[in-house]
Amino acid sequence: MEAAAGAGCGSGPPLLLSEGEQQCYSELFARCTGAASGGPGSGPPEAARAAPGAATAAAGPVADLFRASQLPAETLHQITELCGAKRVGYFGPTQFYIALKLIAAAQSGLPVRIESIKCELPLPRFMISKTDSDIRFGNSAELHGTKAPIPYLISEKNTFKRMDDEDKQQETQSPTMSPLASPPSSPPHYQRVPLSHGYSKLRSSMEQMHPAPYEARQPLVQPEGPSSGNQGTKPHRHQASLIRSFSVEREPQDNSNYPDEPWRITEEQREYYVNQFRSLQPDPSSFISGSVAKNFFTKSKLSIPELSYIWELSDADCDGALTLPEFCAAFHLIVARKNGYPLPEGLPPTLQPEYLQAAFPKPKRECALFDSYSESMPANQQPHDLNRMEKLSIKDGADFPVSTQDLTGDDKQALKSTMDEAVPKDTSEDPATPKDSNSLKARPRSRSYSSTSIEEAMKRGEDPPTPPPRPQKTHSRASSLDLNKVFQPSVPATKSGLLPPPPALPPRPCPSQSEQASEAELHPQLNRAPSQAAESSPTKKDTPYSQPPSKPIRRKLRPENQATENQEPSTTVGGSVSVATMKPHPTVQKQSSKQKKAIQTAIRKNKEANAVLARLNSELQQQLKEVHQERIALENQLEQLRPVTVL
Amino acid sequence: MAVCVAVIAKENYPLYIRSVPTENELKFHYMVHTSLDVVDEKISAMGKALVDQRELYLGLLYPTEDYKVYGYVTNSKVKFVMVVDSSNTALRDNEIRSMFRKLHNSYTDVMCNPFYNPGDRIQSRQRVEGQVSSLNWTVSLCRAFDSMVTSMMIQVC
Repeated sequence: MEAAAGAGCGSGPPLLLSEGEQQCYSELFARCTGAASGGPGSGPPEAARAAPGAATAAAGPVADLFRASQLPAETLHQITELCGAKRVGYFGPTQFYIALKLIAAAQSGLPVRIESIKCELPLPRFMISKTDSDIRFGNSAELHGTKAPIPYLISEKNTFKRMDDEDKQQETQSPTMSPLASPPSSPPHYQRVPLSHGYSKLRSSMEQMHPAPYEARQPLVQPEGPSSGNQGTKPHRHQASLIRSFSVEREPQDNSNYPDEPWRITEEQREYYVNQFRSLQPDPSSFISGSVAKNFFTKSKLSIPELSYIWELSDADCDGALTLPEFCAAFHLIVARKNGYPLPEGLPPTLQPEYLQAAFPKPKRECALFDSYSESMPANQQPHDLNRMEKLSIKDGADFPVSTQDLTGDDKQALKSTMDEAVPKDTSEDPATPKDSNSLKARPRSRSYSSTSIEEAMKRGEDPPTPPPRPQKTHSRASSLDLNKVFQPSVPATKSGLLPPPPALPPRPCPSQSEQASEAELHPQLNRAPSQAAESSPTKKDTPYSQPPSKPIRRKLRPENQATENQEPSTTVGGSVSVATMKPHPTVQKQSSKQKKAIQTAIRKNKEANAVLARLNSELQQQLKEVHQERIALENQLEQLRPVTVL
Repeated sequence: MAVCVAVIAKENYPLYIRSVPTENELKFHYMVHTSLDVVDEKISAMGKALVDQRELYLGLLYPTEDYKVYGYVTNSKVKFVMVVDSSNTALRDNEIRSMFRKLHNSYTDVMCNPFYNPGDRIQSRQRVEGQVSSLNWTVSLCRAFDSMVTSMMIQVC
């Protein structure tokens, strides 16, 4: 049940409201959120969220409304439980509407169940008392008032272990505490204690505080900053609830007084955006690159043209990267869009980067640089605001810079006076001003035209690939493959595949002569080298020696060898380059069986050497292939990286 | 006052072309198309010299009886072609240059949008009035670019 209700703001079945119901409910909701001239429209200041689903009904008026429905308190408790307000801790639109439907159900005599709201119901009846209107004006103070009688803190919310608990307990003791003194915490929680008790106190406190809603709200905003950190998961869920709740109810937001209310970012949202920013880019004062942002925003499943449009709106300086305020603006637009709000023609003033930077200075854990910057901003911001927005929204616009900066009272007065004179803002004028401002900003960046493509290439491409690791200097140069090393047991094999050379073979004199890069020549040289080795041995062994190292040559030699087997190898093989052809054979036959054995051992060893060299050869071949491939790959990359401007 | 502005991609297909809505807009399209040859010729004439040294503004490509066609090419071989009315008190060269510069700036802004794939048409579709809930409406992809071109067609900037 509760799950369904909670899922009502989650992924539950959509709440179907008829036309009349929608009308009525939105009206009631608006009343409860208090579209008063004072606060920005919803009860608790930190719930002054402009985003559609963010407006929450303060528990005070809600409770009063519920009581006006003349249902027993027990039923009301049930209803509030069911609608999920207890779960999420506040009356969002979803919860409110579900609650209203449940009230209607209860008034019609149906049991208070979620299923009962699925059927057609008459509108809930409320005995409107004029206290309702009173309640409306005490929005700012309601925050504390509502918190006061709420003894139990939604415990599951306070996993963050902030000071909220203590604050709330303090507040319970002193419900009429001045809002200036009591730091706010999470949005008003629905209370379980009898409604009447707390709200009478509420009302009195509200009325007291009404005269000073602004000052009340302003310091509120600031202390909320630190405490909004604990809203980490809440805004997340909140966002989720936003998205789903407004897929359910597509009420046009109460635009009467605050036409750009959807475009204002609340503290919670701001915090959430900042966290998301940080997850993408750890340094809050630098930017997110275009591609990173693209990937991130694509996850929102909006269409590409819309995302492109949002980007166009939010990337004010058109640099292809998003700073933190730009990112918040973009995120906010995406959230709004997902909630069904049409995208504005121009960037609303509350989403302008300067505004955002001024309105929401970074929480104290951010770098001080930014704080100093944001402090200097409002000084510029105010005249800027006054120039651009001579409408009602100035009130709201100025609130935030005022609230967060140490402005003099004079400034506040001046702003308030303009607020009072302001008329409802016409959003259609928005496009003119942002465009003007954009063009007036007069592209101070120095465009180097050639940089565009490079930047793009760089943005798109990765870093130039690190050059491939140089192959081990085993064979690239002539000296590296030193047959000395190959055949000397003292030197470790340069290649892992090499076996220790056969110890019997004497060191090769000047084997480096035989070194060439191409292994094609290895064969004759290898042939030569062992053949040189064969010099020292009995001459007759030359021919057999000459065979093993070089297979291709062996074939040639074999017939010759067989033919000339009985001949003796010449002693001057070292001079003979024509290894493939006849070797001068020894003329003397001094063989004996002992020599035969020696020959055989030599043959064996040569075969081993041959095998080793053959393996070496194949490995070198392999390496050559790889190097070729690398070269081709590098050439391709070079081709790509080269500026496109090839004539 | 440009009567036609076109952005041609490197491969010589149009990314964006827009004319003052008069009769026979096809004529302008044709003029732009023929001007591509002249552009290529000028580019190659500038020669094998390093691209950086090449001037981006190409100047008057060719005049016709009623119109003059100016060209501009970027470093990534994207060409801007502008057709202006000859009957205007002759626009000075630097005015044309400044118009091209603005066009280039706007084009770069479109490029900066990560959701724009280079090589796509620079489209500015009209918003389709639909229900708020439905995501049926299309968004302008390059409003700023479009508005810049519009302003160029209205007045010399």
